[in-house]
Amino acid sequence: MTAVLEPLREDVPRELERVFTPADKAFRRSATGIGLTVLVLTAAIGLFLGYQAIPTLHRYGLSFFTQSQWLPQQDIIGLAAVLVGTVEVALVALVVGFPLALMTALYISEYAPAAIKGWLVAAVDLMAAVPSIIYGLWGFFFLQPQAIHVSRWLAQNLGWIPIFHVDTDANSASWAQTKFTASAFIAGLAVSMMVIPLACAVMRSVFAQAPLGEREAALALGSTRWGMIRTVVLPFGQGGIIGGTMLALGRALGETVAVLLIISPAFDIKPNILEVGTETTSALIAGLFGEASKAQLSALLTAGFVLFCLTLVVNTVAAVFVNRSRSGASTEI
Amino acid sequence: MMAADLDLPRTITTRSFDDRASWMTSMAGAVGVVWLLFQLSGWSGKLGFTVVWFITYVVLYAIITKVGNPWPAVVDRLAAAAVAGGAAVVGLALATTVIYTVQKGWPAFSHVGNFLSESAAGVRPTAPLYEGGILHAITGTAIEVGIALLLSLPLGLGTAVYMTEVGGRAARTVRTVVEAMTALPDVLAGLFTYATLILVLHLDRTGFVAAVALAVTMTPIVARSAEVALRVVPGGLREASLALGASQVATVFRVVLPTARAGLATSLILGIARISGETAPLLIVSGASTYQNLDPFSEPMNSLPLYIFAAVRSGQPNFIARGFGAATVLLLLVTILFALARYLARPKKGSR
Repeated sequence: MTAVLEPLREDVPRELERVFTPADKAFRRSATGIGLTVLVLTAAIGLFLGYQAIPTLHRYGLSFFTQSQWLPQQDIIGLAAVLVGTVEVALVALVVGFPLALMTALYISEYAPAAIKGWLVAAVDLMAAVPSIIYGLWGFFFLQPQAIHVSRWLAQNLGWIPIFHVDTDANSASWAQTKFTASAFIAGLAVSMMVIPLACAVMRSVFAQAPLGEREAALALGSTRWGMIRTVVLPFGQGGIIGGTMLALGRALGETVAVLLIISPAFDIKPNILEVGTETTSALIAGLFGEASKAQLSALLTAGFVLFCLTLVVNTVAAVFVNRSRSGASTEI
Repeated sequence: MMAADLDLPRTITTRSFDDRASWMTSMAGAVGVVWLLFQLSGWSGKLGFTVVWFITYVVLYAIITKVGNPWPAVVDRLAAAAVAGGAAVVGLALATTVIYTVQKGWPAFSHVGNFLSESAAGVRPTAPLYEGGILHAITGTAIEVGIALLLSLPLGLGTAVYMTEVGGRAARTVRTVVEAMTALPDVLAGLFTYATLILVLHLDRTGFVAAVALAVTMTPIVARSAEVALRVVPGGLREASLALGASQVATVFRVVLPTARAGLATSLILGIARISGETAPLLIVSGASTYQNLDPFSEPMNSLPLYIFAAVRSGQPNFIARGFGAATVLLLLVTILFALARYLARPKKGSR
């Protein structure tokens, strides 16, 4: 090199311009286009359902949410009992599913021998992939005959608490089994099978990210394994536990087929979860859609819109919690 | 002690003889105690026995541990017992689901000759199991899933590429929405398809409409899991490609996508597994035929989930058995897809 570089005259900060080749521009535009299409499509789901809901909401007004009966022939339509049933089934699923998911996640990430860990993770993922109709069959044909004994035991021993009360003599030798079938409790048990793998996968992935240094520090200070979990893993995984549970709640609120197979429809607001008969929003929609008249269709679409809003709120809160606990940064080398 | 002793190789185990003995003693002891309790009190039931046994076991385990150990050790063991117990319940539930379905489905499934190769055309619900089959449901599911895949593959993959490679503020909104969509109730995808295609465009309840409903369910699932697969592609690879003078198009199509190939295939296969068992949207937008129909644009089509649903609600023992047979086929299909996805996503030997 013979030429000597002259110092830059204008050695001052300048604006940087991003220049893309035409091909890059086309690529970025089409990718953006697809992304925005999906966004619009999603928004369209809400908008379309909301648009279909207007006539019904206009006609029935606030009584759509306070009326519990669903009698389209008599022009009486309301979601009160259905919403109560939806929440009851989802809560049963969470009360049963949350501890089991937490324990399974802890077992896989902290206790399981390294040799079988991969298999356990696969088993939980497979559990998430099993279609919900199969859990419905399992819940209806296999679980229900067993679970009514649990229902009866709860009614016998805790019947003084309103939610466990059943309007029959649970203690008599020839107890009325049909009073205990098709209840919110049994539907909730089947739904818990679907929410456990979902919550467990989120919790496990967060537990696995608990910093190794802090784990080792706790153990080196003489902590037992449980002491280490309690002071390092659980506090670190708090966001994942809450987020996973919220995701599970969103799933439980919208679960359709398993619930539809198990429950027998009943439109009264009642706290007794062990007693026969309940109704959830999604089961109502799927169950009545086939033979619905024009006015009833509109009411069912409105019910769908309510469900949409409900789950969207729950899922968004869940996503906020999960994202807070998991960094969104890409991997670097 | 001599120094030479310390240099000998030794086994490092976390369980001492005391640990193992107290664990086994409490397990066996609890069986005895509970058996005696059930004999004396007249209680019965396998489920009750197991529950009472587990509680007794935990209590015994705590007492035995407390004899020779400080309190933190007791808590540690109780926590371990409870965690393992919870995991065992979940494992048992999964195992019974699979075993029960296959066991109940076997009578129908064992007639493979007609069950998988004939449709239900002209077959009464009460007909014996050696007549008719579910071919119409299998082909229906295959066609519907195929069309759904064609529709959601470009949309899902394109969205994932947009979220990871283009980015920006709008991409964050798209990601949030897509994430919320994956957990949206599947019945709503059916309602949406119904409200647009059937109410507004006046289409019939054909296989194509069902496929659109499935695609609405599948797109966010594929977009989200494909995004995860693209995100683990090291940023250094992208920078290296760009630094060598490649355009962004070349970087995405020749570096990023090939690197993430296994992950993308996995996300697709899991999406397929998810929608092949999807029932709720089909209950709303799909008709159900009893005969073989290969044309997605005219006449209704049946599918495996719809067939199962109709069968188990019929109340006819033979039809219920067919429903379980179809459920076994569905379970088998999902398991095979799942195993394929795991195989593609396995960590490669020799790579980091």
